[in-house]
Amino acid sequence: MSENLLEVEDLSVSYLTDTADIGAVEHVSLSVHAGEFLGIVGESGCGKSTLLFAIAQLLSPPAAITSGRVVFKGQDLVQLSENSLRLVRWRDYSVVMQSAMNALNPMKSIGAQFADTIRAHEHMSPVGIKARSAEVLHLVGIDAAHLESYPHQLSGGMRQRAMIAMALLFTPQLVIMDEPTSALDVVAQRSLMTQIKDLQQQLGFAVIFVTHDMSVVANYSDRVMVMYAGQVAELGETKSIFDRPLHPYSKGLLDAFPSVRGPRRPLIGIPGSPPDLGRPPTGCRFHPRCNVAMPQCTTTEPELYDVDDAQVRCLLFAEHAAPVATR
Amino acid sequence: MRYVSRRVGLFLITLWAALTVNFIIPRVMPGNEAQAVLATFRNVNPAALHALEIEFGVNVHQNLLITYFQYIWNCLTGQFGLTAQRVPVLTEIISKLPWTLGLVGVTTVIAFAIGTFVGVLGAWRRGGKLDGLLPPLLFIVASFPVFFVGLLLLFVFAVTLNWLPLSSNYSIGTEPSLSLSFIGDVLVHAILPAISLIVVTAGLWIYSMRNNMITTLAEDYVKMGRAKGLKSWRIMIDYAARNAILPNLTGFAMQLGYVLGGSILIEYTFSYPGLGYLFYTSTTDHDLPLMQALFLVYTLAVLVCVLLADLATAGLDPRTRDA
Amino acid sequence: MSTAIITSDAETVDAVATARPQSAFARFTQAIIHNRKATAGIVILLILVIVAIFPGVFAHDDPQAAIYGQNLGVSAQHLLGTTQLGQDVFSQVVWGTRLTLIVTVVVSAIATVISMIIGVTAAYVGGLTDRSLSLLTDIFLIIPTLPLLIVLASYLPPGSVTMIVVLTATSWAFQARQLRSQGLSLRAREFLSAAKVRGERTSYIIFVEIIPTMTSLIVASFLGLSVFVVGFAAGLQFLGLGNSTELTWGTMLYYAQQGGALEAGNAWWALAPGAAVAFMGAGFALVNYAFDEIGNPALRPVRKRRVRKPA
Repeated sequence: MSENLLEVEDLSVSYLTDTADIGAVEHVSLSVHAGEFLGIVGESGCGKSTLLFAIAQLLSPPAAITSGRVVFKGQDLVQLSENSLRLVRWRDYSVVMQSAMNALNPMKSIGAQFADTIRAHEHMSPVGIKARSAEVLHLVGIDAAHLESYPHQLSGGMRQRAMIAMALLFTPQLVIMDEPTSALDVVAQRSLMTQIKDLQQQLGFAVIFVTHDMSVVANYSDRVMVMYAGQVAELGETKSIFDRPLHPYSKGLLDAFPSVRGPRRPLIGIPGSPPDLGRPPTGCRFHPRCNVAMPQCTTTEPELYDVDDAQVRCLLFAEHAAPVATR
Repeated sequence: MRYVSRRVGLFLITLWAALTVNFIIPRVMPGNEAQAVLATFRNVNPAALHALEIEFGVNVHQNLLITYFQYIWNCLTGQFGLTAQRVPVLTEIISKLPWTLGLVGVTTVIAFAIGTFVGVLGAWRRGGKLDGLLPPLLFIVASFPVFFVGLLLLFVFAVTLNWLPLSSNYSIGTEPSLSLSFIGDVLVHAILPAISLIVVTAGLWIYSMRNNMITTLAEDYVKMGRAKGLKSWRIMIDYAARNAILPNLTGFAMQLGYVLGGSILIEYTFSYPGLGYLFYTSTTDHDLPLMQALFLVYTLAVLVCVLLADLATAGLDPRTRDA
Repeated sequence: MSTAIITSDAETVDAVATARPQSAFARFTQAIIHNRKATAGIVILLILVIVAIFPGVFAHDDPQAAIYGQNLGVSAQHLLGTTQLGQDVFSQVVWGTRLTLIVTVVVSAIATVISMIIGVTAAYVGGLTDRSLSLLTDIFLIIPTLPLLIVLASYLPPGSVTMIVVLTATSWAFQARQLRSQGLSLRAREFLSAAKVRGERTSYIIFVEIIPTMTSLIVASFLGLSVFVVGFAAGLQFLGLGNSTELTWGTMLYYAQQGGALEAGNAWWALAPGAAVAFMGAGFALVNYAFDEIGNPALRPVRKRRVRKPA
């Protein structure tokens, strides 16, 4: 079996409050191969960002990983101490956040923020640091003069690209991105995505990309994971999921998008709203909003079933396939 | 820069407001104290009475507006009139200034240092029993009236244990000099007042610093710092503390007014003859020129500190430089 | 084992909030009971209110009656000793509660109301009104409170009314800025646009739509202000600028200081009223602090749970 770059096994994350523990991510497993682009989609509150931060070991109280492993290049990150983690951070995997205005320190120049990152991992001369910083800025099409600029002096799109440049300082093998295009307009979005794809081709890193925007995922990802209420609803090749969505939720998501070509048809939304994670529905979590729900959906919790190349968490496929081994 | 000019503008307007308050109050308050005080000066020849009237600003023969501008001019040139003891107010203030400046200056610096240090660390190391217990404890101590702390300390250390003196700024009867023994005497007398001020001031600052720090720690760029693999202390200082302190520098400076108020009460409690004690005696003596001048001095002190804080912010915070 | 950097996410606030669908009042009461600080604070305030209303139940002596021996120490007869004039200190503390509490509450209430009107009007009306009101607020914030109090109080006849007027005049500015900020953030909300489109007057919008939404901040302002008003009122009276014929803790302190209580060895005469002021301040402070925590979960004590980390 080929070595996966990242292997997430049965990861669960909960918010530990005084009164109760709320499960935000339930037994999620996924894998990422080198150079792959994995998109994670879902509604707000489905746990995708929490999952992302859990993988990156960036959770803060009251959120905590309650079970599972995150095996990156053979090491379980969950077990590593903060000091050991520090060696792996940014060198081997880096993070790009949603809003660069919030993610960049407003009081430090771009150059200073690049510099302290480099210095945290290597001894490099100031000349070398400047050269490397200019190099990554060049990759994203920003003039090196902007190393002296402060975040508020750059435009939104430039800030976002600067953040991506920063993520590439050590040309890591995995870049984790949390909705980096959400704060941008459509044109800037397209431009940024194209850039990311180009860089990926150039430098060969893998990407985990979280978004609520299906269209972004459709055009750029190799594989897609659909999340619902903290669980994996469907996981598979992008093309197959978009051509033949299996899970009723995925179907609903795709049906909600009008096609530019083809016949006009009324848009169908998914009725209802995401469940309260403190008290999730019994059985299948999606059943209250599902238009093909069966009687057993209210009582039996579906496992993740293998169907051809995809995995689906839906009782419709329970007879056809064996449940995916979760351990 | 627009920011700086705005802040200087605020400085000037507030100063003007304070001066005007001083001017208006005696003229609008019921039971005109000035008249009452004047009434106690019997057997004064008309020329001297006239001079007194001008001094008190109770000159009914002159146009109000002219009186106003004359008053402003007088204040700006330091002519505050004479005290009840016929001493120039300015002289009196200058003689007592060093004592208060020393006490308040030093304690504020110490309290700020403690407040920042403990506040930053307290927010950094959350969790554990201390996190739940210490902040409310500090908040309560900070809400103690400052004179209560003073009285308590006096009771324990001066009265009961007799370790420290009961009052004043140096032992009665000694001649002020620059000798080591005198300086030592001064310091010994300053210990309890200083500690009282520090306890309450630091308590307040720890609380606000901690709150600011906690808010800052929730920011995405702090998480980014962690994601980048930076060392803990570097994140704490470079990404968190700096960002927590700098935007709030002016706010901290404005709390100085509260500290100064506390120093007045402390000086009264300890009979420490600085400006605060002078302020108190001016009220019992109905010494209006002195009282009003002291009010201006205290206001000016806060204004200057706020302006300095504004300038520091303008210099150090890149966002304000471009504002 | 290194210590992980502990921060707190804004996102988790939402996660926790959505998980608990109860009525606002039920949640509020629950929060208070769960929070020990809030409970302690409320207990303290309740004690003070009861003592203020029924002082006779707790102290039988007439506080002003100078009939006992002078400067007596603590005894079963005189729980806190007597004053220089022979009055029972404990009685004085008990009976002094009422006026102290009334002044504090009245000042805080009026100041909060003024503060609210000014803050919200500035936020909602905007423009020149906003700039002028904000300037006014800034001026009052910068001018040091106690010196201004002293100047104002010196010119007015001594008494509780003077206290109230003077304290209100200097404390309304404290919270005006925060109230203005919240007013600003509410201003953009849709329910206000709806009211405007309906044709409601500005004053209606301010009083009927905005202010009720800001209730929690208003209550928090009231509590926070009370902490300082107690101290300032006592401070003024301590300096002798209150009415020395009225019985409050502050005037007790004044007499104690004038009568050389500490030097005479009669510590309780000076310490008891001071402690009482601290007690009331602590009560308000605790409830205020708990309010901060309930409103902003990020400030709550953090529960650390280590999951399978190596030792």
